[in-house]
Order: sequence, then C-alpha cells, then structure tokens
Amino acid sequence: TMFATQVYGDNGKMKEYHYTGPVEHRFSPYSFNGGTVLAVAGEDFAIVASDTRLSEGYSIHSRDSPKCYKLTDTTVIGCSGFHGDCLTLTKIIDARLKMYKHSNNKCMTSGAIAAMLSTILYGRRFFPYYVYNIIGGLDEEGKGAVYSFDPVGSYQRDTYKAGGSASAMLQPLLDNQIGFKNMEGVQHLPLNQEKAVQLVKDVFISAAERDVYTGDALRICIVTKDGIKEETVPLRKD
Amino acid sequence: MTRKRKNVALEGLLEGGHTKAPKPMKTGTTIAGVVCKDGVVLGADTRATSGEVVADKMCAKIHYISPNMYCCGAGTAADTEKTTDLLSSNLTIFSMNSGRNPRVVMAVNILQDMLFRYRGQIGASLILGGVDCTGNHLYTVGPYGSIDKVPYLAMGSGDLAALGILEDRFKPNMELEEAKELVRDAIHSGIMSDLGSGNNIDICVITKQGVDYIRPYQESEYKDKRQRRYKYRPGTTSILTEKIVPLELEVVQETVQRMDTA
Repeated sequence: TMFATQVYGDNGKMKEYHYTGPVEHRFSPYSFNGGTVLAVAGEDFAIVASDTRLSEGYSIHSRDSPKCYKLTDTTVIGCSGFHGDCLTLTKIIDARLKMYKHSNNKCMTSGAIAAMLSTILYGRRFFPYYVYNIIGGLDEEGKGAVYSFDPVGSYQRDTYKAGGSASAMLQPLLDNQIGFKNMEGVQHLPLNQEKAVQLVKDVFISAAERDVYTGDALRICIVTKDGIKEETVPLRKD
Repeated sequence: MTRKRKNVALEGLLEGGHTKAPKPMKTGTTIAGVVCKDGVVLGADTRATSGEVVADKMCAKIHYISPNMYCCGAGTAADTEKTTDLLSSNLTIFSMNSGRNPRVVMAVNILQDMLFRYRGQIGASLILGGVDCTGNHLYTVGPYGSIDKVPYLAMGSGDLAALGILEDRFKPNMELEEAKELVRDAIHSGIMSDLGSGNNIDICVITKQGVDYIRPYQESEYKDKRQRRYKYRPGTTSILTEKIVPLELEVVQETVQRMDTA
C-alpha cells in the first residue's frame, strides 16, 4: 500500500500530498475546470473560438462542453475558468439583456454589454466570479470588436486576445501572426475572414499539443452582419 | 547519514521560506505490466508533464536494467531515470563479478533498499519486469520502498483507467500476442481518460529468448495538420548591432593528408 495520495489543491489542480498526521481540510468554493478561449476582430467580422474540454484535476468531465455562448445576433462571449461561475454569469448576462431590451426597446450593443459585464464582475469584487471572459462581436459601425476581461471586471478593447489555461502559449503566437510583432520587412496585410479562421484552427492545434487542459474539439463562432455561424473541428483527445 | 540530514534540512528551508524551488518534471503517466505464458509485457505512454504543460511528447519511460530486465517509471522524471541507471550499473558490476545474469528479486531488493533509505524523498514509482532462471516476474516498487509481486499491474496518474481494462480482461498464462494487445489497450485507456498521459504507446516484451523493445508500438492517431505554413524568410529577425572581429591568423605549417574516399 502506498501512503502518497493525490488531492486537489486550492485552485483545483493536482497536488502531491504525503500523509504525516491529522490534516485539516479547507473547503474551497472554487475549482478549475480548464479550457481556452480566443477572440479575433477583423474589418467586418469577429471570431470567438473555444475548446470543448471540461476537466478537473487530471480527469475529464466532458469532451463536449463549449465555452462560447451566444448573447445577441452580433455578440458572442467566451468564458473559461470555474464552470459553475461561467454558467451563473451567462445566466445573469442573459437576464440583464432581456431587461435592457424590455426597458429600452432595442438590443444591447457589444460595447454596452462589455461595460455592463465590467460592473457585474466588480459587484463581486470580494468574492469574485472565477471566470476569464472575452467578448467578441460587431460594434455599432459594423466593425469587429473584442473586449477582454479579468475576473474582477477590468477590461479593454483589443484586436485579438487569448484567455484561459493555454492563453500564455497562444497570445505570443497571435502577437506575431496578427500584430506582426518582432518581424522585419513583412507586409502588414489586413486579416481576412478565411485566413483568420485558418490561423485560429492552427493555433488551437498547437495549444492542444502542449496544454493538458485543452483538447477534444474546437468550437468556432464567426460573427458577421449576416449572423453567427458555428463550426466544430476535432482536436487531440489524449 | 549527515548528507541525508543535510538534504532533508535543505528541502525544509525551501518549502517554508520565500524561495520557490523550480518544479521538477513529473511524468504524469500510465504504465502497465502483465505476466504471460512466455514472459513479461511492459507498456508505457510517452508524455512527460511539468505542471500542466507537456514538456516532452516522446519521452522513454521503459528503462533498461539488464539484458533480461526492464523497468517502467512513473513519478518525478529525474528520480526514475537516475534510480534505474544506478540499479543497472550495480547489476552490471554484479554480473561481471559473479558471471551470472541478475535475478529479478535481486533488482527489487536493491531498489526497495534505496527508496526506503531516502524516506520517500525520491518520487519514483516503478514497475520492474523480467525473466530469469526462476521464471517470469513482475514487481512494483513504491516511492516509500513498498513492494508488491503481482501478475498484472498499472501505476502512474492513469493507473485506475488502465487497471479497469486489466481487471476485466486479464487471464493467467495468456499468449504473447494477446498480452501485448491487453497492455496496449490498458495504456490507451489511460491516455484517453487521464490528462497526464498521452501521445504514443511503447511496449517492451521480455522472454527467455530475448527482448523486443518496440518504440513506438502505436503512434498517436492525432497528427497536427496545420492549414498555413509558418516559415520566416531570412532577414525577418531585425539585426540591431553588428560587430565583426577578424581573426588574424598566420600560416605556420601546412600538411596534406589524402582521405580514402573509395
């Protein structure tokens, strides 16, 4: 019999644990369910993509749990982190969207949703929603917009952003391929929709290679003035 | 003894103080072994993780101990490597001294002795399998020095997934091909269900006739088919400064030697 057992640490990740005597276990209200989200804004489109793996510790809960949620015809939100908080947060946002529509007789714009989400998140400053959010959609002029958030509501508008467990691996690659950073003598071509989708697929293939929490499948939501198109691409399952 | 006490004290300093030790690479892992009619079949996946990042996609977890013994290792990668290397060296010296092939019990006792002496500080969970004059043997050695002699076995973070398959389909005195398929399926189940295991499957078959180390036995079915090419032209990286230092050399002596290029 072995005395080494594996328990989950405070943030839900695996922790080595050697039994040496009576130990007090603290209940943690949070758990880390993994997942990576990515959003890219183009001239007249926006792409929000996420993997569909839901994990905890070293186990997989589900291979088909996408993290993109459709809010309006022009906005999609990607939420990764603690799944319980992701579900509750999206429910709250949906309710607030309905309330706004009934009071103001129009749909919320992407910018308005972003500002509202910031206040919702800061409202829980001292018991935060453990969610990394990225909103992708079209602004009032029809141009692509991406808004990225931290768990307590700080946000900014970006051209592209990666969030979640593999964000540190994807963000530098996007900086290079979309922002043309650290490159000399390269033509700064604007990103068209087809190239952007190819890049997103390739980038997630790389993330699935090296991040254990990312994999199974990739769900891509492409937001254009004609609506939201969804595409699913398989990724590594191991 | 003083060296051991010093090591324990040093470990304690790092844990309690503000210095954070670099995280050692663990193998996350599914390893399994099965005793069959003609020998022993060992199997392992090939993923090594460092926290949640895959550090090595093709790492070799089945280590050579002696011509008739191989050992799968799970736990801290450096510990399994060095422990099995040390064991292999000691057994080679023994074979040279005594003129015999080492027996599996001897290897197990040496491992157990060493791991127990280090009180679990060496994080190596090993599956040792081999064939010697007394028969086909499969042992497990835990990081604290515990051993278990069993006909089938799985260790690592994916052990429960692999054990499910082994418990279902293991029969005593299986044929070699059947045993290889069983171990492959057990490792495959670990790879799919456990996030710490993945990529390819290695198999090692040890029989009285010899060893068949098949690496990889099965390659991962997931090939990354990227849609765009990510090559950079020469000159993409900016040159900030350039400094040329000419080496002033003087020809002192010249000799020509023809090379035999036939």
